[in-house]
Amino acid sequence: MMDSFFQRSLEDIIKGLRLCPPGTEPTFIAKSLDDIRREIKSSDRSTKATALQKLTYLHSIHGVDMSWAAFHSVELASSSTHSHKRIAFLSASLSFNPSSTDVILLLTHQLRKDLSSSNAHDVSLALSTLSSICNPDLCRDLTPELFTLLGSSKFFVRKKAIAVVLRVFEEYPDAVRVCFKRIVENLETSDMGILSAVVELLCELTVKEPRSYLPLAPEFYKILVDSRNNWVLIKVLKIFAKLIPLEPRLGKRVVEPICEHLRRMGAKSLAFECVRMIVTSLSEHESALRLAVGTVREFLLDDDPNLKYLGLQALAIVAQKHMWAVLENKELVVKALSDVDPNIKLEALRLVMSTVSADNVMDICTILISHALKSDPEFCNEILGCIFLTCSRNFYEVIFDFEWYVSFLGEMARIPYCQKGTEIETQLVDIGMRVKDARLELVSVARDLVIDPALLGNPFVHGVLAAAAWISGEYVNLSRNPFELMEALLQPRTSLLTPSVRSVYIQSAFKVLMFCIYSYVKLDGDDTSYPSGLTESVSERDLGRSFATVGSESLSDSELDNENVVITGGQPPSFSSRKQHLTEESIMGLINLAETNLGPLSGSDEVEIQDRASNVLGFIKLVKPKLHGCLDQSRGDIMKDELKAPEMIKLIYDLFSEELGPVSLNAQERVPLPDGLALKENLGDLEAICGDVEFSLPMSFSLVKPQMAAQDSAHVLECPSKEVCEPSSESTSLLAEHRKRHGLYYLPPEDKEVVDKDYQPTREPKGKAIDATEDLVKLTEPFFVKKKSNRVKPRPVVVKLDDVEEANVLVEKHEFKPDLLSGAVQEVLLGNEATASSSRKSSNKSNNDITNTAESSQASFVGSGRRKHHTHGKGRTNRTSGKEKEERSHKDEHKRDSRDHKHKSRQRAEGTLNVDVQSSVIPDFLL
Amino acid sequence: MIHFVVLISRQGKVRLTKWYSPYSQKERAKVIRELSGMILTRGPKLCNFVEWRGYKVVYKRYASLYFCMCIDQDDNELEILEIIHHYVEILDRYFGSVCELDLIFNFHKAYYILDEILIAGELQESSKKTVARLVAAQDSLVEAAKEQASSISNMIAQATK
Repeated sequence: MMDSFFQRSLEDIIKGLRLCPPGTEPTFIAKSLDDIRREIKSSDRSTKATALQKLTYLHSIHGVDMSWAAFHSVELASSSTHSHKRIAFLSASLSFNPSSTDVILLLTHQLRKDLSSSNAHDVSLALSTLSSICNPDLCRDLTPELFTLLGSSKFFVRKKAIAVVLRVFEEYPDAVRVCFKRIVENLETSDMGILSAVVELLCELTVKEPRSYLPLAPEFYKILVDSRNNWVLIKVLKIFAKLIPLEPRLGKRVVEPICEHLRRMGAKSLAFECVRMIVTSLSEHESALRLAVGTVREFLLDDDPNLKYLGLQALAIVAQKHMWAVLENKELVVKALSDVDPNIKLEALRLVMSTVSADNVMDICTILISHALKSDPEFCNEILGCIFLTCSRNFYEVIFDFEWYVSFLGEMARIPYCQKGTEIETQLVDIGMRVKDARLELVSVARDLVIDPALLGNPFVHGVLAAAAWISGEYVNLSRNPFELMEALLQPRTSLLTPSVRSVYIQSAFKVLMFCIYSYVKLDGDDTSYPSGLTESVSERDLGRSFATVGSESLSDSELDNENVVITGGQPPSFSSRKQHLTEESIMGLINLAETNLGPLSGSDEVEIQDRASNVLGFIKLVKPKLHGCLDQSRGDIMKDELKAPEMIKLIYDLFSEELGPVSLNAQERVPLPDGLALKENLGDLEAICGDVEFSLPMSFSLVKPQMAAQDSAHVLECPSKEVCEPSSESTSLLAEHRKRHGLYYLPPEDKEVVDKDYQPTREPKGKAIDATEDLVKLTEPFFVKKKSNRVKPRPVVVKLDDVEEANVLVEKHEFKPDLLSGAVQEVLLGNEATASSSRKSSNKSNNDITNTAESSQASFVGSGRRKHHTHGKGRTNRTSGKEKEERSHKDEHKRDSRDHKHKSRQRAEGTLNVDVQSSVIPDFLL
Repeated sequence: MIHFVVLISRQGKVRLTKWYSPYSQKERAKVIRELSGMILTRGPKLCNFVEWRGYKVVYKRYASLYFCMCIDQDDNELEILEIIHHYVEILDRYFGSVCELDLIFNFHKAYYILDEILIAGELQESSKKTVARLVAAQDSLVEAAKEQASSISNMIAQATK
């Protein structure tokens, strides 16, 4: 008693919280919680109730944990006073977690009592609570009560019960068998609230598994035509949107009523739903679509930003099939790109990107980029991201002119606030590996990037520079001037780069140097008609490597001519120009340049840099003296043992000249798992230890590298005629490639033969999938053939790996998960079809033959014995219109009969019959 | 369906939260933080929808209070705006030109009214009159109980227990 006098009320707490100075809130809450803990144990119900109410307040507004008080809610719920009950149930519905609060089961009895209470308000309270705390046990125990309530004479109770049933079905699908018939019966009620509840319930159910609800289509149609309640209509439209794809003939029936609603132009919400319905499910109905697009246009022209936003969304849906709709509203869409609302801008951008095709990709990108340069950095990056995503979609499906795209990528990197460096980096390398024909342009783009000292200062483009450097090194044979590349790669300002990028630079410099020396030595051999078979095989190789450029030669002809490069058939375009530079002095200059620039780096404290620098230096040390010897030979004084230098150079050069291909996403999966490596073991305890700490990527590469590298090289040496195996890592990252290739030099070439000959080439399958030019040619699908014909030049081959990747995704998507709920619904709706159809046969004998044909056709229809197919099969048989009419009238009679029955008695058996008859009615309705 | 309803003041203070889908306490706090970051920063005269974690959040500002509801991708945004307005109108009718303070001091009543409008994440009553009638009836039940509890005889009975 005294407690309740001195207890602080909810209002006191709220006032206190509002008055307490900032920062002291937690103390105040903690103090209040202490009080609450004491008060809630009180035997006085109203003290307890107030305490619980305060706690509920703190829980829902301030996020205070109240799971400890769950039992008190249960206790108070048993109070006979409505106000206490209300507080208790409110706290329960706000704080109980259906899956983890174990005292919920203690509430079962109380809920049952309240659900069957004579006080309608108690019932409604219990229903609201049930809807938020129900778990399978609770649902199972309370289904009978719920079933009774579905027929309650108090509309507001029945309505709530229907809404709660949705949750119950989800938790406890068996309830469907008991309740579903009653729900369907409620579809015919005159009360708007109940109808709305039923339609909402069915809408939610239909979204999950539409097929089961097809038999109810006639009922929905009736509502669609008769109802004037927007909320109900919206839900019915949603239901039809799900049903029509399953039963296209439904579309013909509903399209007119929907257009009717749209023309009436009542509430915007309904209008939008009609539009969405038409564009998603009825887009083949020309006039309806026109009407919908017209409405969309009105939306776009409206001042209301909401309508604009939704209009753009609707257009995006239409755009997939009917591009004209977007074209008609082009100016509005482009205008939306500069809207004040970032969400609308984004939506417009998405819409624009969805219209991209091979024909317009260049135009759209140009427009967007000019727009991007004008807009704020955030949106600019959004645009860039969208462009990169769209262009790279499905292996650059929309790109025909890779030269354009590659130079476009290069330009993008130069946009001052471009933060999409990673995307550009990945795509540059990816295109390099996948599209042979683009390499020439790629190299010149890369050269421009590498050579520009201004870019080195911008940390956002470092990734791009790494890609450019890698490309310059990897495809140096396509470069016009390797010397300037070398200078660019070794320029002093590279010290601004991050270590990882810098090591790419050094490695690329190594490759360029290698290439120059090699060309020089080879040239030498040519000049003096060098006797060994070496040069011959080499020039063959070179021919092979330059093969890629031949294709694009005719195009780049004029361009190359400007630079005074003479193209001799089959030779790399840069070959002759290079010739002029290849003198002893220039080579020595190159070597010295490398030496002076990399010398200090061999003492760098970054291992990657140090490693690579010493590799290059070591190589120089090895080659430099030999080079002089080689030069002596060229003067005619041939000494047998000094042949070594070119041989060694060739050996190393060959190792570099193996082509890198893209690596399949699934590559890793194909690597057989070594014994004793448990990848799938649960790391749960690890998670417990580390908590929220995010893991950085493990640096496992460097650990496995030496061994793998050895295997790689051994394989290469043993079977030089075969194509190279791919690096085993699924990572396509530039650096990873580098490390692996770099690793080759941990062992001197002589040692390689020693490596175990019969090691298992784990990467064999990939090699097969990727390489072999013939296979690549085959991969260009016939899909493009049509488009090719009206293009000046063929689309370059884009290397795609096994389509397993896509196939996998598809399989996952189509994986059918049998749904317990829908199974139960189907059973109820189509339960005793056999009896129903037999009764139908007897009722109209004239149709017997038709039914027979229907049934025979059904046999040839789908093999599955499920009943829904049964209905379908019948629906698809063609009948003459006369018979159809006749039959429909019969059906209607039948239906009316059964409804009369239903009104007389609400027995379950009758209900079943009724539902079944409806289900058999549907084919006639559809025709 | 509606996954949750959140009322946030312009200063980012939570005034009401109702969850129709299961969220843990931790997630709830995070959701509210994320949403207030997204919504409160949006200027006036922008559209009332934001995309959030694959869902859509429909919000509308009434004076100093933001009413936010989170819905599925293919739900009708305009309909939700209507529901929000419906709720506000009923609150207005109940409190008599409602203001934020009414909701602060009568948070439980705001819940009871919301419970009459939405159930299991669905709209259950589209008639303002009906909702007002039901809430009033419940209130009178509570009043009757209070009167009974505070009647002298009851107090004596309690005290002598």
